[in-house]
Amino acid sequence: MTETHDSPAEQQTVLRIDDLGVSFSTDAGAVRAVDGVSLSVRRGEVLAIVGESGSGKTVTAKTILGLLPETAMAQGAVILSSRDGQSSNNVIALSKQRLRQVRGTDVSMVFQEPGTALNPVYTVGWQIMEGIRAHGTVNRADARAKAIEILGRVGIPDPEVRINYYPHQFSGGQKQRVVIAMALVLEPGLIVADEPTTALDVTVQAEILDLLRRCRDEFGTAIVLITHNMGVVADLADRVAVMYQGKVVEEADASTLFNSPQNPYTQRLLAAVPYVGQGVVRAAARAEARTPEWSAQAPVVVADKLRIQYPGRLGRPGFIAVDGVSFSIRPGEVLGLVGESGSGKTTIGRAIAGLTRVTDGSLRVLGHEMNGFRERKFKHLRSDIGFVFQDPASSFNPLLTIADCVAEPLIVHGRASSPRAARARVDELLEAVQLPRAFGDRFPHELSGGQRQRASLARALALEPKLLIADEPTSALDVSVQARVLELFADLQRELGFAALFISHDLAVVDILADRIAVLYHGSLVEEGTGAQVLGAPQDPYTQRLLASLPVPDPAAQALRREDLAKLRAAG
Amino acid sequence: MTTVISTPTTPGAISATKKKPSGGGGIGRYLLVRFLLIFPTIFILVSMVFWLMRTTGDPITAALGGRLGPDQLAERIHAAGYDRPILIQYVEYLGQIFTGNFGTTLSTNRPVSEVLLTYGAATAELAFYSLLVAFIVGIPLGMVAAYWRDKSPDAFLRIFAILCYATPVFFAGLLFKLVFAVWLKVLPVAGRASTGSELQMQVLPNKTGFYTIDALQTGNSAVLVDVLSHAVLPALALGLLTAGVFLRLVRTNVIGTLGTDYVDAARSRGVSEFRLVRKHAYRPALIPIITVIGLQIALLLGGAVLTETTFEWKGLGFMLSEFLKARDFVAVQGIVALLAVIVALSNFIVDVIAALIDPRVRY
Amino acid sequence: MTRIDSLEPDVGTAGGARKPSLLSRLPIVHQLRQSVGLQRGMLVAGLVITALFILTAIFAPVIAPYGYSQLRGDDGVFGAQQAPGGSHLLGTTVGGYDVLSRVIWGSQTALFVIVVAVLLSIFAGVFLGLVSGYFGGWLDRVLVVVCDAVYAFPSLLLAIVMSIVISGGKSNLVGGVLAAAISITVVFIPQYFRVIRAETVRIKAEAYVESARVLGASNFRIMSRHVLRNATRTLPLIFTLNSSEAILTLAGLGFLGFGIEPTAAAEWGYDLNKSLSDVTSGIWWTSLFPGLAIVLVVMGITLVGESLNDLADPRLRGRRAVGASSGLVAETSVVPGGTLDAGPGGLAGLENLPTLPLDDSEAPR
Repeated sequence: MTETHDSPAEQQTVLRIDDLGVSFSTDAGAVRAVDGVSLSVRRGEVLAIVGESGSGKTVTAKTILGLLPETAMAQGAVILSSRDGQSSNNVIALSKQRLRQVRGTDVSMVFQEPGTALNPVYTVGWQIMEGIRAHGTVNRADARAKAIEILGRVGIPDPEVRINYYPHQFSGGQKQRVVIAMALVLEPGLIVADEPTTALDVTVQAEILDLLRRCRDEFGTAIVLITHNMGVVADLADRVAVMYQGKVVEEADASTLFNSPQNPYTQRLLAAVPYVGQGVVRAAARAEARTPEWSAQAPVVVADKLRIQYPGRLGRPGFIAVDGVSFSIRPGEVLGLVGESGSGKTTIGRAIAGLTRVTDGSLRVLGHEMNGFRERKFKHLRSDIGFVFQDPASSFNPLLTIADCVAEPLIVHGRASSPRAARARVDELLEAVQLPRAFGDRFPHELSGGQRQRASLARALALEPKLLIADEPTSALDVSVQARVLELFADLQRELGFAALFISHDLAVVDILADRIAVLYHGSLVEEGTGAQVLGAPQDPYTQRLLASLPVPDPAAQALRREDLAKLRAAG
Repeated sequence: MTTVISTPTTPGAISATKKKPSGGGGIGRYLLVRFLLIFPTIFILVSMVFWLMRTTGDPITAALGGRLGPDQLAERIHAAGYDRPILIQYVEYLGQIFTGNFGTTLSTNRPVSEVLLTYGAATAELAFYSLLVAFIVGIPLGMVAAYWRDKSPDAFLRIFAILCYATPVFFAGLLFKLVFAVWLKVLPVAGRASTGSELQMQVLPNKTGFYTIDALQTGNSAVLVDVLSHAVLPALALGLLTAGVFLRLVRTNVIGTLGTDYVDAARSRGVSEFRLVRKHAYRPALIPIITVIGLQIALLLGGAVLTETTFEWKGLGFMLSEFLKARDFVAVQGIVALLAVIVALSNFIVDVIAALIDPRVRY
Repeated sequence: MTRIDSLEPDVGTAGGARKPSLLSRLPIVHQLRQSVGLQRGMLVAGLVITALFILTAIFAPVIAPYGYSQLRGDDGVFGAQQAPGGSHLLGTTVGGYDVLSRVIWGSQTALFVIVVAVLLSIFAGVFLGLVSGYFGGWLDRVLVVVCDAVYAFPSLLLAIVMSIVISGGKSNLVGGVLAAAISITVVFIPQYFRVIRAETVRIKAEAYVESARVLGASNFRIMSRHVLRNATRTLPLIFTLNSSEAILTLAGLGFLGFGIEPTAAAEWGYDLNKSLSDVTSGIWWTSLFPGLAIVLVVMGITLVGESLNDLADPRLRGRRAVGASSGLVAETSVVPGGTLDAGPGGLAGLENLPTLPLDDSEAPR
């Protein structure tokens, strides 16, 4: 997969990786994470390295800065040129001292979690100035002036004041701006951005992507963009390398890759990416199939001016998570609840399951009023409610087998006397979620994330509930796994006909499954309607912005959307 | 390169600082709550000590039972009010504590608060020197161990730390005495000062009880050397115990923070490894370290009782063991209650320091 | 405080369900296999010392040349402060006892006190911590304030007060050993309480417990089936760390005269107390050997405890050095075992719990 360069391009190369191999030692013995990777990045170019978890993309990124842990061992060459092209170094072979000099001046890094990439006990100014002063003798005043300048340039308002702020005084998006400022301050030729927007909300993501684009265009900085998000790739990348199980399986410029992917894995990966507009036909077909009596049925869930406030401490006012939200879910209907972090979407799901108390208003679940909740009176209804949690890692008791966990609802509600007695039904359920029967004897940690979410679905559906609440069930999964779980969910919903509240931050995911979509913003419901209404012709400015911020996996279309978003912002 | 990256920011982006976890005035409230918490702590400990000690019977029988006839005993008990309902005694006792009255010793017939004034300085002095040893030895070595993690210096230091806190202070004290005082004869065996020095300090007009300060006041360098040489072994015995705990604590916490993203981020900016440990890992680690150090005050006080007994260092701990031998439980109860107050207060101070160091609490 | 989440133990579909054998899943054996280099060395050294200590305690009657309260042998009275050598390998004490025998018999007392104290405090502490952490409310707040107060108090002083209460200050009873054990129990309950409560609060917020609540499982079922077993996984670790503290507390009590009279049992702290005056006159053997015994046993147990702690904490676990680039790519995501991991942060994480009980807010319900 090695590219051959003609000599002018060779001069312009900032980074060349030749036959890189990285191994880690683990409890289970040596494991090879990166295998024979060769890549190159030219000046002012954005190279995206795309892959799912375990593909070795992050390891590759860390190798470029020599940040691998001591348990790792790298082979091959990572040739890094300085910005002026005067010197080049093989990072793998550098001494500690030289490596330190290269970091920050020739190459720098932007991290995934801006919240953890900043030291909480020092001001951002101190941290930026430290980076400046680590490379040459600069006096305090000059370093400070430089830090203020760079903060201003990455779009931090009032940099003269905010330079003295501690990280926790910034919002998530601003923290990422600060992290980018730190990476830019010594004007390195290359920035390695490791999932720079994954921890951010989609509207903030669009801003950070804009900023990274300006880094390239205005600073002439090359960027190695590590991401799993095809939309982000389409938005920013000039060239794309697809990694799978430690190897680069395909490398091409962005438009070629998206338009005519060659490698089967790339094709599968692109096909799995959800996009807005997928669900319209399906939802219409479902609506078509419904009988006229359907709309006369009593809804499964009715929320009326629902308000949920978390108790504050010691007389302090609590946080209002949900503020005057009204909606309903009819039998057999899937309501998609969309919102960014802090919108209150999870709180609503928990309130329906009786895990969070209702403060004010009314919430009727299966005819039972949840305001003034009493566990004893609600208990008999619990067999009609299923819940799928977000985190596949913690949704099963690590000490019980999958069969024991799936059997639990059957035992609790007296349908079976023991896990053994429930086994036949458990096997049936596992097959329904397309897991082999034998998986029942495994422990949760022996299953992958996607398999665990399937088992979680099996447990939630064990009692054939009338209502299923799914709280971001796929957000921790890889794209290809997510696609399969979503498909399974849709199949099961069609077969069993349960009503569902599907909570997600991703409009495209919700679109695939939902009959109707409700959009939450800071605890209030800003828009509700069918997928065609909400996503086709959004009325609320927030929905419009949310939709426009969602990057699509197509570079040409994404360029157009970017313009739309810019217009929206200018208008808003 | 003068172009400004002008990024259009949505209204939400700038105002997003609004949801600070602890709003303005958070620290004032925190400190107030923390301060108020001192009182239930003292109340619980004092009550516990009272009820525990009094379930065994009255202190007079415990101290003098067998030595006095039953009639005399009853008379003494009545005079001291120990035959009244225990609840009344309890309320009275709480009231006394509140006014700073910790009772009167049976064996020496002195107010416990006076015992404190006389001997408290000695314990404070010992605690000060021990903490000094602990800080000087424990904290830098902890950082060294974290820096050389899993290498031979780390191995050596970890064994050293375990040895420090696996050795009972009194045994360490005995060994030190044996080696430095008896065999090498370079340091005094026991006590806080030699008789000559004590006499010189005795006549000072405003003596503090802190021998180091008093020795300075005499202006006689021989007295100062004498006082300091007496302090070396007890401070080492008690200080090394605490140093071992500190070493382990600093090592664990610094290793923890060394694995964080922000250390990696600083490394990616070219910050040196030494500076990573010294600045980036140590400062954030300091907050949990200080909190746990607060809990070590208890260890230090418990250790002080043993150290003072070993070295006949006439402080509160030494007196406590004397009163125990004399079975003077009024005095024991008083001293223990007093130590409870000290522990509660010092934990409060430590928490305040930890809060002040943490910018997340401060702003 | 930052929290490092360990890698998700994600087993690829290809990775078969290879169950580790029963032997390798036993607590100590599992950790022994997991450890490398220095850490393994420390763990092995600790285990050897601890095993020696337990064997000595059990076989004390066979190993010890004399009884712990024996003053005369076949050749008549032993004599006081005899230097090591001859029929008394380690000499005799000021009271005329054989030092070696007292050191050996002392291990029996120490082991007995550890077992009783730790067992009693585990039961009380686990029960209280579980109930308090799971149900929350005012009972929780009161228990937390009480336990925090007791926890912050010098444990030795508390043990003194307790032993006054239990034995009325008369430590020469046969029940002296038991009294010491119970005194230490009271000191340790808050420690177990804090750890178990913190774990319970953490586990209560885990998705699998919430899932059980959504199902309508009873509180008893949730506590016994989901919380208890997961919350007590750190116990072996606290157990070892506390055992060493129990010995130190016992010795401290003995040193202050609250130990066990020589006629009732042999106790190292008491012997050290009696040797206090010997040291000044240069008699070293009466203090050196009981002291060394304490140091050795405490060190052995501490080594085991710290190794277990480090192994449970992904941040502190020793890292293997990797050889040449090797291994199969397909195994990338296979991380077998891992069933015995403590909570994130291991015991160190637990040590750093906020001391302010009002900060221990539960997850909003």
